[in-house]
Amino acid sequence: MATLTYDARGLVEVDGTAPGIAEIDGERAQFDARELTTRKINAELRRLVYQEGIRDVTILGPGARHSLGVGILQRCKITFDGSLGYFGLGLIDGPEVHVRGRVGWSACENMMSGVVIVDGNAGSLTAAAIRGGDVLVRGRVGARTGIDQKGGTVIVLGDAGSMTGFMMQRGRQIILGDVGPGLGDSMYDGTIYVGGKVKALGVDCVPGEWTDADTEFIERKFSIYELGAAPELQKFVCGKQLYNYDNLEPSERKLVL
Amino acid sequence: MCGIAGIISRNGERQIGSEMTRMLQSMKHRGPDSTGYALYGAPSADWVMRVKLADANTPRDYEFADRLLRNKGEIERRLAHLGATVQSIDDATEYAFEAHFSYDGDLKALADRVEDVRGAEVLSLGHSLQIVKDLGDAESVSDRYNLGKLGGSHAIGHVRMATESDVDISGAHPYWAYPFSDIAVVHNGQLTNYHQWKRRLERSGHRFQSECDSEIIAVYLAEKMAEGADLEDAMRQSLEELDGVFTYICVTEDALGMAKDELAAKPLVLYEADDLVALASEEIAIRAVVDHEIDTYDPFEGEVMVWQR
Repeated sequence: MATLTYDARGLVEVDGTAPGIAEIDGERAQFDARELTTRKINAELRRLVYQEGIRDVTILGPGARHSLGVGILQRCKITFDGSLGYFGLGLIDGPEVHVRGRVGWSACENMMSGVVIVDGNAGSLTAAAIRGGDVLVRGRVGARTGIDQKGGTVIVLGDAGSMTGFMMQRGRQIILGDVGPGLGDSMYDGTIYVGGKVKALGVDCVPGEWTDADTEFIERKFSIYELGAAPELQKFVCGKQLYNYDNLEPSERKLVL
Repeated sequence: MCGIAGIISRNGERQIGSEMTRMLQSMKHRGPDSTGYALYGAPSADWVMRVKLADANTPRDYEFADRLLRNKGEIERRLAHLGATVQSIDDATEYAFEAHFSYDGDLKALADRVEDVRGAEVLSLGHSLQIVKDLGDAESVSDRYNLGKLGGSHAIGHVRMATESDVDISGAHPYWAYPFSDIAVVHNGQLTNYHQWKRRLERSGHRFQSECDSEIIAVYLAEKMAEGADLEDAMRQSLEELDGVFTYICVTEDALGMAKDELAAKPLVLYEADDLVALASEEIAIRAVVDHEIDTYDPFEGEVMVWQR
């Protein structure tokens, strides 16, 4: 076991070296995180993925600690056998992550690509500002899911809290349960599908017209994640009454401007 | 930021002193300035009053110790003068003590007479409630007040990062609902109609020991309950009448409740099992007292929940 050293206030583990405790078997590895600090867990994970070239890592006993699995920019498979705390899996680009537990606030924040599947519930601000990839939560989520979402897909099999899709800019959300007040408040673009009751729509969020493309998209996602037959869903989009819009993609706008 | 926690047993007494210490210590990063506990032990026929006479960081002049002794003696005399029969007065630290006494008079009059002694503040008064709060993290406060072996049915706690008032015991949570016995609150958030409610409650005769907005919640709830509301009703009314972003946990002699405002901007994670309910700003606090994999969730906006012990 590595010696742990903390700062003067006893808050931060200052030694960032990887403990090197994982059991490696070919391209797979596993280590027990129960006695490690957050920094040591992340250091070990990064060592395995970047230095050892491991493509399938299992982390036992994450213990709901914060900021685990952040900034992994590699295609690989990561399994957390337990729950994560706040800010887990932020800024990831590429990995397929399975959390056998729940995640706290702000999971997957600024995720660029990859897949995150959460078996339990998720806290508020799940998938905040994600740019791409899929986030599937099998339980319920807190408030402001997908706030400032810029792409990707968020799928929630349970209920969602207030202000879901707040200031959403692009991407899609599929909420199979009920949603709280302020759905899609101040959204710029994107699409939110809801299976349950909507407590109240937010400002400039309006029902959208269902198209074949919606059906194809929903059926494709349900097929990928083996969710069975898709239920009847309501579609919500931006009413575009609050702001001036054009149809240009950001890359096109750069050319025009 | 601040962190709050609560735990209530569903099957008898637990080691709530050590359990709450572990919960709060695991959230030390949310607030290292001060730590506070409201602990509910076995109900006593006597009144239990926790009083502080100074702060841990009060400057020590030449008369400091003599002054504390004098003031403690004065409080004892005043209790006797009001007709209270003092069973014991035990020092918790050099500047805080715990008094056990029998008394059948007006609690507000008693608390006011005690607090009229310079520097004195009644931290808690009840048959089973004991509020302990001081500067430092949970382990240091627990060691100082010998909370490790304290048993009881339920407890709440708070780690404080001082943002809008001083780093002192008066600014630390939990807050006792002066002058109502056995009610206390911990809170994470800000109340934006604090001054309005403070004036309103002061006009009703209540006093406030701190400049902290959280103190309002305790007195608000106690007053609503004194008017006939049960704890859950009082908490639901608070969501209508208190403005701001807040999550708070309230405890009475036999119940523990949580409330989250309509914006749900302050976190709370909840774990319910057959033997206990535990809730905290972060799941790691719950895991500090539960040694197996657990399923937790965040209560939604506007939710109020109450559990009986």
